[in-house]
Amino acid sequence: MTLPLIAIFGALTLLAAFFSDRIRGLFLFTLSILAVYALQPALPIRYLDFWLPTAALALALIFWISLHRGAEWHSADNLLSAAWMGLIILTLALTRFLPSAPSPLTPSMPPRPELVFAATLAVALLAALTGRVRFGWVHAVGLAALIVLLAVLKSPEASLWMARTLRLANGQSAETASSFDIRWLGISYIIFRFIHTLRERQMGSAPEVSLREYVTYIFFYPALTAGPIDRLERFVKDIRSSWKPAHEDWIVVVQRIGLGLFKKFVLADSLALMALSANNTDKVQSPGWAWILLYAYTLQIFLDFSGYTDIAIGMARMVGIRLPENFNAPYLRPNVTQFWNNWHMTLTQWFRAYFFNPLTRALRTRQFPIWSVILITQFLTMTLIGAWHGLTANFLFWGLWHGLGLFVHNRWSDATRARVSEWATTPLRQNLLNASGLFFTFHYAALGWVWFVLPTPALAVDFFARLVGM
Amino acid sequence: MQESFSIPRTLLKGLALYFVIVLLFALPLPNFGKVSAYNSLFPGRPRLPFGENPAEAYNFSLFNLDAMFASHEVADGTKPADEFRVLVIGDSSVWGTLLKPEETLAAQLNAAAPTYCGKPARFYNLGYPTISAAKDLMLIDYAARYQPDQILWLTSLEALPLDKQLDTPLVANNAETVDALIEKYDLPLDRNDASLVRPDFWDRTLLGQRRNLADLIRLQLYGVQWSATGIDQIYPPYPAPQTDFADGDDQFHDLRPPLDESALAYDILAAGMNHSPAPILLVNEPIMISDGVNSHIRYNFFYPRWAYDAYRAQLAARAESQSWNYLDVWNLLPKSEFTNSAIHLTPAGETILAQTILAALQPECP
Repeated sequence: MTLPLIAIFGALTLLAAFFSDRIRGLFLFTLSILAVYALQPALPIRYLDFWLPTAALALALIFWISLHRGAEWHSADNLLSAAWMGLIILTLALTRFLPSAPSPLTPSMPPRPELVFAATLAVALLAALTGRVRFGWVHAVGLAALIVLLAVLKSPEASLWMARTLRLANGQSAETASSFDIRWLGISYIIFRFIHTLRERQMGSAPEVSLREYVTYIFFYPALTAGPIDRLERFVKDIRSSWKPAHEDWIVVVQRIGLGLFKKFVLADSLALMALSANNTDKVQSPGWAWILLYAYTLQIFLDFSGYTDIAIGMARMVGIRLPENFNAPYLRPNVTQFWNNWHMTLTQWFRAYFFNPLTRALRTRQFPIWSVILITQFLTMTLIGAWHGLTANFLFWGLWHGLGLFVHNRWSDATRARVSEWATTPLRQNLLNASGLFFTFHYAALGWVWFVLPTPALAVDFFARLVGM
Repeated sequence: MQESFSIPRTLLKGLALYFVIVLLFALPLPNFGKVSAYNSLFPGRPRLPFGENPAEAYNFSLFNLDAMFASHEVADGTKPADEFRVLVIGDSSVWGTLLKPEETLAAQLNAAAPTYCGKPARFYNLGYPTISAAKDLMLIDYAARYQPDQILWLTSLEALPLDKQLDTPLVANNAETVDALIEKYDLPLDRNDASLVRPDFWDRTLLGQRRNLADLIRLQLYGVQWSATGIDQIYPPYPAPQTDFADGDDQFHDLRPPLDESALAYDILAAGMNHSPAPILLVNEPIMISDGVNSHIRYNFFYPRWAYDAYRAQLAARAESQSWNYLDVWNLLPKSEFTNSAIHLTPAGETILAQTILAALQPECP
């Protein structure tokens, strides 16, 4: 989010803080729908930047219906919410007739309203049909489709193929197609929230929520672009509570937004001017400067990401939503395991809940040796976390790097725990141990960013060589 | 007793403090441009900051003279007692467009390692990529504080038309400095010229100055990448300079033959030459002499033959009458030693020019 957008959404959220509970709920619902369009970047494929947010909203409607155990989904309140969603989408389409079109509410000129109306009707029909089929099928097909969609969007080759296909279908030239033609704002987070709700429903632990609550949860605008990934149960608890901000809440709001803005727009953006990048990696002349560029990137990525999280948490607090923390001083941790317990915490918690723990249980019940269970689960989980950032070799290597770190730390820790306890008997020795652990962990994470930031493993290997003066 | 917290009161106090800081900034304060990370955290730059693609060149244009010079290696501490300091002033051909720092004229002069007055000479590149005598005079005047022993001033006819002296962005955005130069040297320039950017009270507040302040900070931050890579310019592919010209294309600005001396900034040149902090060798820099269509009318994109020939005669006459130390190397180089413009030289061209200047440079020793 840019500064002006943060200012606009911040001001609107401030306004919402003073509404009654019911009006605030409706306001957040409306604002979250509008944000999906307003924050979506403009795309070169005609109307795609309108259809992608619309598709996300359509998926939300269908998945929400599938969460219900009975027929209560078509209550008057929910039907009204669905109609309100449709009305907003149609109104956005009508903005194409404004003299100053496109309006700031859409990234570019919306498609013709009759097309949008037809699409809205089709989605409504599909949603009604969803209500009639067995939800188990919807969940299974939905989960598979979401994973395939995420894989396609994260793979440059598949995205390029899709861009070409869409361009041709749209009557546009496929020659200038690029994988960046399909940038779907916040889709990684949106899909993970969808998967979370569908899996919880499969396990029977998803709460009953209204359409308004569900859409607000999936597209909650402070957390739309960079998380955190909240849990539905926790989120609706907040949104259903009566809310009147106290002085302490305002202090938190000012502190978190102020700190977030400073971290992102002062520190991180300044560090970006000196950080390691694909542009400068092969031009660095000495190991000393190579380390400085790497440290700058290490701090930049943390300050950028955690700054956005602070802004999201502060903005949400204005309206009584206590978004979960995403970072807890990760670079000040004594080992790689603790680093991952404190870095992008909601993402790691998601993977732990829906991949790591089930896989560990499955392997243990098959009597695999403990070391192999740890090896397989750590490597696979971290590789998937890498793939979540992009299905390219550099992100996969980054995931493997951390999988290796977690596995080695686990084995090392098991093997040396007794001896370390015997040795670290004084505060001095304990501090020494912590300091050396922190130093090692920080540098392990920093070196891991080389894989992450450089687009190919060959560039990363070359930069590692520069770091040691080769 | 715990003091109660009031949101409106806190907001009011915060706003009041904010506006006080914003407005206080408009008062005359020490110039922040002099505070620099260069020559301390990072090495000084071998040429003045200039560029339009900072993300790749780690360099960009700003107009704060203090900051520009503070980032340059000439500002690195006090002048060593055993250094014979030579400042090289001029346009983009001196700054080194399309040349790496080690290929510029100053670098080639340093590579020759001459000794003057018993001291090893060190040449500093103070060229700046716009062609204007007023800009050159401003840089010479500013650079006096760095105690030069000798100045090389490379110029050309394009630096002299009076009507363009204040258009150069570096000059236009330093109106107070220009005022001082007009006063000091009685220059034929108009203080009320619309080109000069004169900030009002609001422009001088923190809000009005935010772009300039951001530039100062960016200049420091790009110091990291400049130090790490040694890159201060990008080198894109370029077209060869124009060699063919239209029939009857004999224009030079709005002037017509004979070349009117009063339309040229000879007074600015004279101010620099006669009031310089150190002896100056004035060099009429090499230009490309084209051999294409209508080259009998024009030497190159910049100059019709009538204007340039007249300029050379006028400048030589002034140099002789005022005893200036003058070197005319206008036709020193073949066409092949020019890159993308009729004044930008190849590294080999700079080498030949450096050798020629060194042969002519005979500083007076105290």
